[in-house]
Amino acid sequence: MSDEKTTAPEREILVKVEHLVQTFNQGKKDEVKAIQDISFNIYKGETLGLVGESGSGKTTTGRSIIRLYQPTSGDVLFEGDNIAKLRNGSKKMLAFRRKVQMIFQDPYASLNPRMKVKDIIAEGIDIHHLAKNDADRDKRVNELLEEVGLNKDHATRYPHEFSGGQRQRIGIARALAVEPEFIIADEPISALDVSIQAQVVNLLKDIQEKQDLTFLFIAHDLSMVKYISDRIAVMHYGRLVELASADEVYNHPLHPYTQSLLSAIPIPDPDIERKRVPIPYDASRAEDERPRKMTEVYPDHFVFAAEDEISQYKAAAVKSHLKEQSEPIGVQ
Amino acid sequence: MTDTILSVKDLQIDFKTFAGPVHAIRDVSFDLKRGETLAIVGESGSGKSVTVRSIMGLLANNSKIVTGEIMYNGADILKKTKRQLNAMRGNDVAMIFQDPMTSLDPTMPIGKQVAEPLLLHTKISKKKALAEAVRVLKLVGIQDAEERLKDYPHQFSGGQRQRIVIAIAIINHPQILLADEPTTALDVTIQAQIIHLLKEIQQKIDTSIIFITHDLGVVAGIADRVAVMYAGKIIEYGTVDEIFYNAQHPYTWGLLEAMPTLETDTDRLYAIPGTPPDLLDPPKGDAFAPRNPFAMQIDLEQQPPFFQVSPTHAAATWLLYPGAPKVELPPEIKRRREIWNSKYATKEA
Repeated sequence: MSDEKTTAPEREILVKVEHLVQTFNQGKKDEVKAIQDISFNIYKGETLGLVGESGSGKTTTGRSIIRLYQPTSGDVLFEGDNIAKLRNGSKKMLAFRRKVQMIFQDPYASLNPRMKVKDIIAEGIDIHHLAKNDADRDKRVNELLEEVGLNKDHATRYPHEFSGGQRQRIGIARALAVEPEFIIADEPISALDVSIQAQVVNLLKDIQEKQDLTFLFIAHDLSMVKYISDRIAVMHYGRLVELASADEVYNHPLHPYTQSLLSAIPIPDPDIERKRVPIPYDASRAEDERPRKMTEVYPDHFVFAAEDEISQYKAAAVKSHLKEQSEPIGVQ
Repeated sequence: MTDTILSVKDLQIDFKTFAGPVHAIRDVSFDLKRGETLAIVGESGSGKSVTVRSIMGLLANNSKIVTGEIMYNGADILKKTKRQLNAMRGNDVAMIFQDPMTSLDPTMPIGKQVAEPLLLHTKISKKKALAEAVRVLKLVGIQDAEERLKDYPHQFSGGQRQRIVIAIAIINHPQILLADEPTTALDVTIQAQIIHLLKEIQQKIDTSIIFITHDLGVVAGIADRVAVMYAGKIIEYGTVDEIFYNAQHPYTWGLLEAMPTLETDTDRLYAIPGTPPDLLDPPKGDAFAPRNPFAMQIDLEQQPPFFQVSPTHAAATWLLYPGAPKVELPPEIKRRREIWNSKYATKEA
């Protein structure tokens, strides 16, 4: 089983992250190694979920990809172009900024309170000269509002007149305005109420299907990530520890950190919760400074492992696949 | 177990705003029993935080209590003077806030902060109070408490800070612990630890907990009983099994459906349509009716009363009216009903 070759069809790589390192305050006393050498691909048309707890480096990863931060070392390739080497203000940079958009976590802080909704949405249209005239601009804004479930009466209002869920819709409309190819959504729903979260997630899914978009979905709410993602990458202490398809990560988690994370998700079912035993994670094991790298231990399933751990992971993967898990992890 | 420790009756609270009074709490009544954990669930603006803040006497200046009483130890908390409230807060009734980053004093060492309620409410010496602080800090899982008494909050992680907040709340062995989204700001792994800790402490000091959250997963893990709030009213209450496996109100159904479980494989998530009502001008009938796919004409016109489902379970929905038409349950709710039937069928027969 273990030397089975990956037979997945050739997928087109949209974003290639190679040996990305992001260190803040380098050389100073308060140096922070936010990302320590991570590599992964994002394929065209997929949703990659990036999960991890606060401080794991997931937001920094998103921001480095869109070059809000200049990487300390390593490359980010978007459609083959090295983003880290693009000059600010160059034509290629401008094109990159149009093709890649971001949806932010806080719908209150990410909209300028002094701007009307239509000007917020059309700012990108103006910068990239995507509208022929004012009438065209208005028409485009109205289409976008409709697409995200608002209506054209909302165009002349200000952000404070909207609820959190509606504001997030405005943020989504703004991202869509420049017809991007790739959207980074950084915790887009964690500030919203449960009943509103589902609305926004459905909207994101619809948009993706309609416009063939690629998503990087950053979140700590693991059940929502599983629902929206094709593949999931788990981050811990600035490193990737596991990467596989969403079902694979949830049904056959191999890295102890992933197992611990999954065992902590509260499930809205009292019988399951009563039987739950959270699996603690001993971080010292992964911090023993031995060389580790992402290794494919099962088809399309990568784990951050040292040389001698690979065989254990491979065996664990096969074992886990033999017994189809019926109970969520952590329930005994 | 059945004796009531706190009783909220017919509570109505308005907030004065420039646009007119906001009816934040519209007739809320519930009892808290000794040693139990009552979870209050609802979305933002449903009135859950205002409810517990009124128990603590911590309402904002522009609030007005229209009617109601909160009976605790034979006295109405709402009628207490400032001095009487101060004697109660942090002593008989303590509160854990959502954000451990802002609920600690950044300029005071944590030992002093944890010992403060003891020094305020008892005649204990400072030295003994600090010794007690060490004991409680160890109880909440700060192992090297002796060495860390002089440390300041910024020297602790978010999870540790929330443990310190809990230590402050429990040092006087309160009879009632009010926890307002105590784990919302924390990571899931830390959240699991804090919930485990609260359960443990509850057994050790035999306190009653009111736990506010919007996360039904957390509720399933911690609650004995659950009250669901919507638009300033409790719309359903019952034991944790009754709410999760035998829910009756369409809003409760919507909440349960909107949570993706890890097995959810459907193409779309169920989303409750629309947005909550404006409490400046609350709707005449059932406040949830405009978002309710099962709404009938009467829902828009008349407030439904509570219909008793069992001695511990009731829901305010016209669907429970004897003459109401039977509705086809959503699949997720049907699945939960089957669990209910298999668990409790023998009792009903």
